[in-house]
Amino acid sequence: MAINQTMTAELFFQQVPYILPEITLAVGALIITLIGAFMGDKGSRLVTWLCVATIVAAGSMAVLHMPAEQVVVFSGSYAADGFSAYAKLIIALTAGSALLLSIDFLAEKKLDKPEFPVLALLATLGMFIMVSAHDLIALYVGVEMQSLALYVLAAYARDDAKSSEAGLKYFVLGALSSGLLLYGCSLVYGFTGSVNFDVIAAQVADERSIGVVFGLVFILCGLAFKMSAAPFHMWTPDVYEGSPTVSTAFFASAPKVAASVLFARVCFEAFGPLQKDWLGIVMIMAVLSMAIGALFALQQTNIKRLLAYSSIANMGYALVAIACGPEFGPKALLVFVSIYAITSVGLFGVVLSLRNAEGERVETISALSGLSRSNPLLASALTMLLFSVMGIPPLAGFFGKWEVILATSASGLLPLAIVLILASVVSAFYYLRIIKTVWFDEPRIAMVPVGASTTLTLTGATFVLAALTLVIGLVGSAASIAGAGFH
Amino acid sequence: MDTLPILSILTWTPAVAAVLILFLPQLIKSPEAARANAARWIALVTTVIVFALTLWMTLAFDETKAGYQFVERADWYGMIQYHLGIDGISVLLILLTSFLMPLCILASWTSIEKRVVEYMAAFLLLQTLMIGVFCALDIVLFYIFFEAGLIPMYLIIGIWGGKNRVYAAYKFFLYTLLGSLFLLIAIAWMAITAKTTSIPDLQAFEFAKDAQTWLWLAFFASFAVKMPMWPVHTWLPDAHVEAPTAGSVILAGVLLKMGGYGFLRFSLPMFPEASNAFAPFVFALSGIAIVYTSLVAFRQTDIKKLIAYSSVAHMGFVTMGIFSGNEQGIQGALFQMLSHGVISGALFLCVGVIYDRMHTREIAQYGGLVNRMPIYAAVFLLFTMGNVGLPGTSGFVGEILTMQGAFNVDPVTAMVAASGVILSAAYMLTLYRKVIFGTIVNPALNTITDMNAREIAIFVPLIAAALYLGFQPNIIFDQTATSAVALVDAFHANFK
Repeated sequence: MAINQTMTAELFFQQVPYILPEITLAVGALIITLIGAFMGDKGSRLVTWLCVATIVAAGSMAVLHMPAEQVVVFSGSYAADGFSAYAKLIIALTAGSALLLSIDFLAEKKLDKPEFPVLALLATLGMFIMVSAHDLIALYVGVEMQSLALYVLAAYARDDAKSSEAGLKYFVLGALSSGLLLYGCSLVYGFTGSVNFDVIAAQVADERSIGVVFGLVFILCGLAFKMSAAPFHMWTPDVYEGSPTVSTAFFASAPKVAASVLFARVCFEAFGPLQKDWLGIVMIMAVLSMAIGALFALQQTNIKRLLAYSSIANMGYALVAIACGPEFGPKALLVFVSIYAITSVGLFGVVLSLRNAEGERVETISALSGLSRSNPLLASALTMLLFSVMGIPPLAGFFGKWEVILATSASGLLPLAIVLILASVVSAFYYLRIIKTVWFDEPRIAMVPVGASTTLTLTGATFVLAALTLVIGLVGSAASIAGAGFH
Repeated sequence: MDTLPILSILTWTPAVAAVLILFLPQLIKSPEAARANAARWIALVTTVIVFALTLWMTLAFDETKAGYQFVERADWYGMIQYHLGIDGISVLLILLTSFLMPLCILASWTSIEKRVVEYMAAFLLLQTLMIGVFCALDIVLFYIFFEAGLIPMYLIIGIWGGKNRVYAAYKFFLYTLLGSLFLLIAIAWMAITAKTTSIPDLQAFEFAKDAQTWLWLAFFASFAVKMPMWPVHTWLPDAHVEAPTAGSVILAGVLLKMGGYGFLRFSLPMFPEASNAFAPFVFALSGIAIVYTSLVAFRQTDIKKLIAYSSVAHMGFVTMGIFSGNEQGIQGALFQMLSHGVISGALFLCVGVIYDRMHTREIAQYGGLVNRMPIYAAVFLLFTMGNVGLPGTSGFVGEILTMQGAFNVDPVTAMVAASGVILSAAYMLTLYRKVIFGTIVNPALNTITDMNAREIAIFVPLIAAALYLGFQPNIIFDQTATSAVALVDAFHANFK
């Protein structure tokens, strides 16, 4: 579609269907905020369910309205294609389930105010914009919309010093990275004269100016921060640990999908001709993330910190997929990242279900000892999820890694695959430590069975997510279609 | 498909039973002891049914045809297919698996007291995966079954193992995982290059010579760990010592065979030039394994550890036979795998019998058992002789054939290996003398009882198998000959 068309009312309405999911989210957020304002705190449960419904509706719309070929709308600023539609579905699925997990936790901590779900809804809108962004403005708006909502979610338990610290840390470092991102965008605009991805790609294909490469580096650094890829990962463990667990569950899933998909789109679409330049950066980030994520997790005793390092390592694997280039990368990235995000929410569902005999929540690994005696079902769900992130077949995580390794073979990046494998073995060690504590150790702290301490929502969501690790065909086939649709 | 999908039935029946065991007792809310009993009986009946089906399949198997039989094929995920089939190489390994499983369940009948439900479920799941490994005709499907076996085995060692079980479980898991992930990279590369994951197609595909070298090494990394070959065998003694008796039986009887099966199914047919080039390397490792681990076995004070090291030595014969690349060698290696599955399985069960009574595996704690346990002494003697390779037992046939095969290619290694036969006699007979003969010194042994009916029932089929295979080895060779000859012909066709 031509880029510099003048926008007429007719054209506008023609293009609206492509952003229907975003409109649904935005309008939904406004209406739900009003409902929340009128009903006050007692309406928070209803508001959460409404938000989940809105997210689910938006996600299904994205898939139902998926165009067969990539369509770029609104003067080239917004792309609708299989790639983004699939990413939106996964974002909706994981963000929706993370919200469902939050209900009981927030009620228990007296934090059940309507702001939480509405902010999560707005963050989801930001993520939808991110995965469809086709120019630097839309990219920045999406990233900031997501980030600002997430900062508040991190600091949501405002009477808790740790949560406030996490929020502040996240905000200060996040603002720095947004600055980098914006500076990169301005450099690219200055040297190419456009913010549109297609125009940028055409420009850099003609002439590779050093200014654009500088801009590219800044943009990638800013996005790597949002992905929590090393060496921009420092905030992750502290923010994961300090934030309320429900916020962490949210951070660890949907935003990772959005950030990695956006990262891929920037590399492939805007800077495709500069593959030589970004490939090195992506590879270094991938190797560092895998190494740091695997090695630093070994020493962790807190489950949330451990999962933070695990997410760094997993973003390293996602970067390996991106390094495989536009031909083989998208499918591998989508399969890997969607399976990771689903598993990740499931793991947090388990963490949210844990409590000791006094009814207090536990976050240390040693507190899990003997969980298999006190609560065999929860222990089995946890074990399945952990074997899945480890990448052991026949669980879904294996197929994520398989796709990534397949892509590295196809694009001749076998050394990256070898690093990936070494990192997987090291990571297996700490995941196994949790399984060991759960199954081999004698119980030290009595666990309350999951059904007794939590409601059906939490239990149901957790087990559904765990069961998803067994169903790979669905995820895989959908992603292959979506990945192939990328040009 | 016009026939019964027998391979799928064999593969998935145990898994269905495992799910049944896990969930049925939850539903009927029975007391703990009743649940455990239900689990035991379901597991036993399932494994016996699977064994009967496997027997039927083996009889229906047409040993005169070289290709794959009972083939099932369906699209599954991407280029990966659900593709099953067996030939003369795999059919008997499936039979071995189904044969050992009911015995394992019986051997765990009373010795496993805690978490019986989970234990039986883990074993049945493991059976599904083991049969799946031998049936899979898609290389990724093979990998999935191969690798998934780590999960139940890790849990079996870690939950029901001995004192040092956690260390052993970790060592087993990480060692094997590292090996198999290299295999995964190689598989991905082959899938991209050959554009197929079907094993028969990959066997027909000719990989470039340079690629063969590193692919062979990647496959070798995985199978050598699984086998295990010297010097990557160190996980095995730990895993064996700490695993419960039935776990050791399955580990020695079936899981180790996956390495040898992998060499026969992948390395030799897919990378013939690399296999040929690396054969001296494998011969050297096999020779070292046979002599060195035999000497190590001689110095062990723990019965299970001794048998574990002897397993490594016996697997040395298998790798030697496989890479001799001739008919005797390959037939011998297959025979040795089956015979070792029966004999070492039986030896671990023998250790289990006295361990259940005395709760120690220290050789020094025993002595003079013949005075109190005459039946046990006779059974143990038979399998000791089998492990030594006495003519008339199945152990002899495999050793002599693999040596013959290797002698045609590399006489020096064959001679080194022959010394291993003497060494195995030395350590096995010393073990037998120390445990069984003499007078009872340890007062705790004065009240030890001989084998009971259940234990005898476990050993009867094993004795029958060991002797029958020893006197009638042709029953095996008839089944394997066509496939082995086809494999050898295809292998040598590359060098004409």
